[in-house]
Amino acid sequence: MPHSFKAARFNEDVARTEWHDQALWFVRAKRDKVVYKVEEWEQLRAWASQIKEHTLSKLDDYLEEFEAKATENGVRVHWAKDADAHNQIVYDILASHNVSRIVKSKSMLTEECHLNPFLEARGIDVVDTDLGERIVQLAEDSPSHIVMPAIHLKKEEVGTVFHNTIGTEAGATDPQYLTEVARQHLRQQFLQADAAITGVNFAIAETGGFVVCTNEGNADMGVHLAPLHIACMGIEKMIPKAEHLGVFLRLLARSATGQYITSYTSHFHRPKEGAELHVVLVDNGRSAHLGREDFRSSLKCIRCGACLNTCPIYRRSGGHSYDYTIPGPIGAILAPGRDLEKHCSLPFASTLCGSCSDVCPVKIDIHTQLYKWRQQVVRSGHASATKRMTMRMAGNIFANPKRFRRAGRWLRRSLRWGPSFLINSRLNLWSRSRELPEAPKESFRDWYLKNRGGKHE
Amino acid sequence: MSDRNAILETLRKNRPATIPLPEINLARSNQGDLLEKFKSVMAEVGGQAIETEVHLVDAALLKRYPEFKVVKSGEILDRSMLPELQVFVLYGKFGVAENGAVWVPEDVIQERVAPFITQHLAIVLDKTRIVEDMHVAYEQIDVAASGFGVFIAGPSKTADIEQSLVLGAHGPRSLTVLLV
Repeated sequence: MPHSFKAARFNEDVARTEWHDQALWFVRAKRDKVVYKVEEWEQLRAWASQIKEHTLSKLDDYLEEFEAKATENGVRVHWAKDADAHNQIVYDILASHNVSRIVKSKSMLTEECHLNPFLEARGIDVVDTDLGERIVQLAEDSPSHIVMPAIHLKKEEVGTVFHNTIGTEAGATDPQYLTEVARQHLRQQFLQADAAITGVNFAIAETGGFVVCTNEGNADMGVHLAPLHIACMGIEKMIPKAEHLGVFLRLLARSATGQYITSYTSHFHRPKEGAELHVVLVDNGRSAHLGREDFRSSLKCIRCGACLNTCPIYRRSGGHSYDYTIPGPIGAILAPGRDLEKHCSLPFASTLCGSCSDVCPVKIDIHTQLYKWRQQVVRSGHASATKRMTMRMAGNIFANPKRFRRAGRWLRRSLRWGPSFLINSRLNLWSRSRELPEAPKESFRDWYLKNRGGKHE
Repeated sequence: MSDRNAILETLRKNRPATIPLPEINLARSNQGDLLEKFKSVMAEVGGQAIETEVHLVDAALLKRYPEFKVVKSGEILDRSMLPELQVFVLYGKFGVAENGAVWVPEDVIQERVAPFITQHLAIVLDKTRIVEDMHVAYEQIDVAASGFGVFIAGPSKTADIEQSLVLGAHGPRSLTVLLV
């Protein structure tokens, strides 16, 4: 189902749309507050962008360097060419340790690979420990935002989910109380887990280590209590040196939630004594995407979510309308690379306002890529029949000056004289929530000929 | 062909033109009072900063956490103590003024999980060891020297339920930094 259909359904609840819109804009506003205090913000963005572009131009070298250093440190490095390979590798590691219950902290990569259902089908109990992800998991729902997975749920709804699953009082909605009960419930999970899976925010090629950022401390609670830590990462998360973390960590939390830094920024280099540390490097279309000149820079993404928070379409349609692991503007330029036909509506879920490109900490030209993907969609024949027809009609009219003038005259007349019930009818999509502009009495050309006599001054 | 070789081969085939690495050198104007900035940012992020002296640390801890048992790094006798930790005290290496973070490498915590599993966390920090920002911070440390190290900036927190900030999500409910 195209994004516009799902968005229309979302918009049927006007009050909820307003609420969702405001909730996301609130996060954008928090971001602005802290960003405006950093004088060198644009310099940081330029550095981050260039560091990532440099890394992408030598990614094979950096991956090999990382593998060598990590292996030296006693870390086991695995390579997965796609989602299936990733899932199998993770399962095999768990199975070889007779693991039956695991805890997992936020990893969009594991979402992308659909790891949870794969493991559950093979008898492994998976508990997502990020509070937002746990809520969504218990609700048997799916995340709607990459940083705030449960942003689409009201506290009453969370209260109901918790009441039905972890025993909070019926009707309780106080976030403090609900979080406290979740804390106790998840503490048990941490203490009993056989293994912990995390994502990776940044992997450092020169040291073979990686960094995981959380506010809750759930990644650390999981990995330090279990004898087995598996870290899953997309290959584009690589950065060359530890000093580059200074740039990225100053950009990440400010862009994501308006914080200076997350509560915990954990650096992993060696497993703790008696434990094992594994890293799974995942391709899943990224190396192919590197070959797309117009779109490769989307691999710079550090998954901050700033583009989601600012996008008027995302704010007013919600993450579930995108039907892809990662919604919002960045999702709309990554998804078509994976499956152009399935996600052909996403590049059109935009006004091309460019706000996303504006807030992107690594300067991905998101709105330009949205436009270029539109061209790909049309060229490959996936544009909807209505769009094809109307564009062809429009092209026909614009290509011929006389036809264009006639069409303009007709339009001005019907706006002035046409009955309003026709103009504002349900068939006119434009006027569903907008007033139409007042029609000018004459075209510019007519005015010019009358007043300037067609002569150049 | 192994996945490893397949991935590397595709990456090599699709390599874009080389872009040079930028040089990261931030021109800094007057830093201002780093200690004051650190203290005010700590308050902003939900932590508490208390200025005291080395020989008064125990008294300050007693005052801050009168009803709780205080365990210092090095005093954990066995792992069964870990889930019962109420107040855990460690000695941080340095602080970062721009975000209130403290660098805590593995060697100062005895057990990696201790600073997370404790109900409350207290960090003793030399007040002259505060740097301006993360660029300077990374100049101070060799991240690879420790098997594990963490920047801790405030107590554990979440805003996942309708954007309401709650302290003490899974990690410590409070963070106190004793500046000596």
